Amino acid sequence: MIETLVFYMFAIICVASGVLVVTARNPVNSVLFLILAFFNAGGLFVLAGAEFIAMLLIIVYVGAVAVLFMFVVMMLDVTVTELKQGFTKYLPIGLLVTVIFAVEVLGATVAWHMAPEAAANIQAATPAADAVSNTSALGKIIYTNYAYLFQAAGLVLLVAMIGAIVLTHRKRRDSKKQVIAKQLARKASEAVELKKVETGRGI
Amino acid sequence: MPMAEVPNIVPALPEIFLALAAMTLLMLGVFQKPVTPDGELRAARTTTNLGLITMVLALLLVFTVSGNVLVTFEGMFISDPFATFAKVLILIASTFSLMMAQRWLEQQHAHRFEFAVLVILATLGMMMMVSASNLLSLYMGLELQSLSLYVLAAFQRDDVRSTESGLKYFVLGAMASAFLLYGSSLVYGFTGTTDFATIAATIKAQDHHFPTGLAVGLVFVMAGLAFKVSAVPFHMWTPDVYEGAPTPVTSFFAVAPKVAALALFLRVMMGPFGEMAHQWQGIVVLLSILSMSIGAFAAIAQVNIKRMMAYSSIGHVGYALMGLAVANEQGVTGVLIYLAIYVFMNVGVFACILAMRRGDRMVESIYDLAGLAKSHPGMAAALAVFMFSMAGIPPLAGFFGKLYIFLAAIEAQLYTLAIIGVLTSVVSAYYYLRIIKIMYFDEAEADHLETPLPNVIAAVLGVCSAVIVLFFLVPAPLITTAGAAAASLF
Repeated sequence: MIETLVFYMFAIICVASGVLVVTARNPVNSVLFLILAFFNAGGLFVLAGAEFIAMLLIIVYVGAVAVLFMFVVMMLDVTVTELKQGFTKYLPIGLLVTVIFAVEVLGATVAWHMAPEAAANIQAATPAADAVSNTSALGKIIYTNYAYLFQAAGLVLLVAMIGAIVLTHRKRRDSKKQVIAKQLARKASEAVELKKVETGRGI
Repeated sequence: MPMAEVPNIVPALPEIFLALAAMTLLMLGVFQKPVTPDGELRAARTTTNLGLITMVLALLLVFTVSGNVLVTFEGMFISDPFATFAKVLILIASTFSLMMAQRWLEQQHAHRFEFAVLVILATLGMMMMVSASNLLSLYMGLELQSLSLYVLAAFQRDDVRSTESGLKYFVLGAMASAFLLYGSSLVYGFTGTTDFATIAATIKAQDHHFPTGLAVGLVFVMAGLAFKVSAVPFHMWTPDVYEGAPTPVTSFFAVAPKVAALALFLRVMMGPFGEMAHQWQGIVVLLSILSMSIGAFAAIAQVNIKRMMAYSSIGHVGYALMGLAVANEQGVTGVLIYLAIYVFMNVGVFACILAMRRGDRMVESIYDLAGLAKSHPGMAAALAVFMFSMAGIPPLAGFFGKLYIFLAAIEAQLYTLAIIGVLTSVVSAYYYLRIIKIMYFDEAEADHLETPLPNVIAAVLGVCSAVIVLFFLVPAPLITTAGAAAASLF
């Protein structure tokens, strides 16, 4: 009973704040609503018994991603009116696509059934859910059965890092940068010129 | 607690080698790179040259581990003749692209050592894709490849068109990945597994009583894959990205990722969803017809040669998908032969495009080729060979590629598909032959293109045209290996 109530609370706030992210006039408010949506989604995960993903959602999405969004929004000075241009123009077709898609997904899920073998297939992959906590269950498979995927994910992140550096890092010709090696390699003969000045004549 | 077993890494040796080499080259570039522009150039050249050696070594490793069907990493990774065939093609295509890129990048002052590293990582992603035997490893390989390609598309970041194409590719590619993931999750929801063999077994056990949800999931997976092979109606990004991306990157896009994505498409459709063939056959037929038609008709209006090649590649994907629509061993063999020939034709054409240079700037209009027969008789002859081959004129290799696919379609009684294929290939012959007409019969208006041809380009042109012209003399090796590769899928 209480669980159902909590579920509906989380679910309703989550969807409502999702709508507000799109409709809020101030982009900063949008980001704040996004954080609220993340928190409630985290709550839903806890209800589903996936406490590890819930914590991950809060730490990664609220702690890092949403804060990054906030920085971007504040530094880029986005004007909402510009972003909202064409919103009403594309609304009808957007709604049409949404409705068609929603009907299709509903149609697909209402008539849903799992293959009888599915339960056995799921159990083969992970340790029993009631025997261990989420975190240790994940830990047991992520470095063993899923080591290949773990390494591949590491490579994807490496590419992301290289990409960010390649596309944004550049040497500015106009900025004066200190290069210690250059300074040390400089000889006195290159830097100082000795002039013999005759008395009373000036340079 | 029992100790986990160390997985058998031998089947994945080429991939592991490429990953380590990419990281080593990255380190080498970072630490070697002094502050001077001169040092930058040196670092870029070193990584490119070492990168080429890496590719060749990886190719040797692929041959070393080839032969048997080996599955490792808990069934996530499979090394079979099919994967080997695709990997050899991918490595050949990447090597050619990397070889031709360096000079162009230097001329455009866009040479940076990260280029070779990103090409190697993209190649690694492609090899992981074709070796995937699990929806998860499929996705990881696909993302590794796509992410590297997004960065490569925007590599010339001071150029508006390059950054625009990178961004466009990224946004649309991310959406396609989302489709693919959504579809995968529906498939997982039905079968309870992401392993290809188990999915196939579970689906087979249902005896054709699938829920609509599984079909919807399958359609989403296909939409994601169709985006990656740029089949119509998921092709919108292709012309813009091909035109905007730096030319060496376009030449890379046109060959290696196409081979990888098509090979992956074949494996996913024939492997886990092979039992549902009658469900997806219609979709593939539609994709194929649309791709062939749009590829043929839209290319006629193009003046920019890179844009034209984009539509041409869409058309070629249409022909390859015809082989998939057949959904039997003969069809898959046809696709593999087609892909092998396609790689050499496209590498050759892009070698010509990379050599189109007048004074300091690159030119991309097809009318810039006017009078090429007089100024560069060798290059004009090679380009003519590639164009005749793409149009499917015997006895060039392109004809045989189409022949095997059409034969497979006719034997499977897909007559409509085969007839439309023949008709569209007649239409596409128009724009291929137009290039030849411009080269041989039009007078040059402005100065000639740059002479002499760079050595690398000349060598690549020589190799590719020799393959295309002489294929009909010794077709057996390719046909038998493609047949063996296709047989390993069934």
